[in-house]
Amino acid sequence: MNPATTLREPGWFARLMRLCWRRKAASAGALITLLMILIAVFAPWIAPHDPNEQDILSRMAGPSAEFLLGNDTYGRDILSRIIWGARISLFIGVTSIALAMVVGGVLGILAGYYGGKTDRIIMAFMDMLLSFPSLVMGLIVVAVLGPTTLNLIIAIAFTAIAPFARISRAPTLAVKQRDFIEAGRALGYSDLRIMALHVLPNIMDEIMVLASLWLATAIRTEASLSFIGLGVRPPTASWGGMIRDGFESMLDAPGLVIYPSIAILIIMVALNLLGDGLRDATDPKLRHE
Amino acid sequence: MFFYSLKRLLVAIPTLLGVLTIVFFLVRVAPGDPAIVILGESASQEALMQLRQQLGLDQPLWNQYIDFLSAILQGDFGRSMISNQPVLTEVWRVLPWTIELTAASIVIGIVFGIPLGVLAARYRNTWIDFSIRFFSLLGLSFPAFISAILLLLAFSIQLPWFPVIGEASYADPMKRLMALVLPALNLGLIMVAYITRVTRSSMLTVISEDYIRTARAKGVPARMVVWRHTLRNALIPIVTVIGLYLGVLIGNSVLTEMVFNRPGLGKLIVIALSARDYTTLQAMLVIYAFVIVLANLITDLLYGVIDPKVRHQ
Repeated sequence: MNPATTLREPGWFARLMRLCWRRKAASAGALITLLMILIAVFAPWIAPHDPNEQDILSRMAGPSAEFLLGNDTYGRDILSRIIWGARISLFIGVTSIALAMVVGGVLGILAGYYGGKTDRIIMAFMDMLLSFPSLVMGLIVVAVLGPTTLNLIIAIAFTAIAPFARISRAPTLAVKQRDFIEAGRALGYSDLRIMALHVLPNIMDEIMVLASLWLATAIRTEASLSFIGLGVRPPTASWGGMIRDGFESMLDAPGLVIYPSIAILIIMVALNLLGDGLRDATDPKLRHE
Repeated sequence: MFFYSLKRLLVAIPTLLGVLTIVFFLVRVAPGDPAIVILGESASQEALMQLRQQLGLDQPLWNQYIDFLSAILQGDFGRSMISNQPVLTEVWRVLPWTIELTAASIVIGIVFGIPLGVLAARYRNTWIDFSIRFFSLLGLSFPAFISAILLLLAFSIQLPWFPVIGEASYADPMKRLMALVLPALNLGLIMVAYITRVTRSSMLTVISEDYIRTARAKGVPARMVVWRHTLRNALIPIVTVIGLYLGVLIGNSVLTEMVFNRPGLGKLIVIALSARDYTTLQAMLVIYAFVIVLANLITDLLYGVIDPKVRHQ
């Protein structure tokens, strides 16, 4: 038996961190992501101005010593709004993916563990969810439920459940065959206990890799919905919303759309680097590269 | 092949039925009375009652569901709550625009994506590979509306090569083509990034197979090994990705049409959204889901064509 797959192994988190560290690109991505998270958490202390404070005299002014990236159409500080916008993007991204991960993960493990009819019904339902284009689905869910932060999270999670169910089902099928699961059954453990304590830890890295890749997608969906006008309510700063507001006046002040775009690109590139690195590191086919 | 196709077709039917059910209940969850949305707050009770009756809203949910299903099966996708026109009329009117845009972008994606992916795999871990991978990562990172805005700023405003929003007269075919270039490029470049990546990894998987080693050993020229033996066998995952990518492509086309102010299905959705036109939204969601189920079906059938093994499973 492969020693890396016995029960006494380092936790999935430690394992992922070690794999990630070995790859330069992935660790660069992790570092930038961490930095973004810090910026989001400490926004009130980092931002030089109140993100909603309007300085009417400097409407659409270019960069200055006081307002490093200039001001928007209401004279609000663009830099401060970008810093506060990081909160919205990361908060909605992380919570929606966490929700999708829990719901999709549970459904996938149930389908893989019980097999048979349970499996067929759950996966048929996932196929139906996958038949909707995710942005349009998210858009209609928000439109129907109303544009609140909670509904935005639900809508984005809704579009990501099926991939998580699929990714947790496949390794569950493999893990189910292994001796320690049989041993657990023989000891009379309940199905719930086996699934939570013995199946889950063994499929966790696959789930986490998908989560890091889908976090980028979730942030992109949030930005896109905000750009369409279904984001968090104004005046709360969000990157997609800032681009939407700046779009009308971008001929006079391209900075209104360019700076928030750069913020989105930085986090997208960082998360993709991180996710790709993790995926390559956990893919046994590529492990010996 | 016939039985394989028939089986695939039969599997798609429950999925379609499920899709219709999800859409029906999703739209019914909407808070607020559609009759009030259409007639406004100040409408009289009698008028509201009459409209509800007309729309079938006074029926039990179960009856409404049956009516909805049978209407869709007869090709009736309902009428817009705002213009009272059949939704399909609107859809047919703008459909050529969206088809033109998405078809152009898929062509761009395949024409550039597959050769780039093959190159990256062939020159693996050289600067060629690294730069191709870097650009594909960048392409995957761009939300479609941001790349659209940047293209617009660069090539319509800084360099006035292509028409700015709304300036093109669409009757003139040359102008119509010029108006297509930037939006198609926007969708196409993102597609190139996806296809490059999957072509590369699929090529790398196939290249380590025994039959490739055999081909090399018996002295088949390297160029033939790469383009004929390897690429041919690497095509299945590539076709899958193009099929799966359709959902993303649809989302991106909505954003692209919005930024470039192009007529199309995406524009229709955005307008319906701001007017709270639920019947149009519902019909659009059904149409898109049908398109995706159909595309998956075609993808499955293509497997059978590309790989005879699939047919006999």
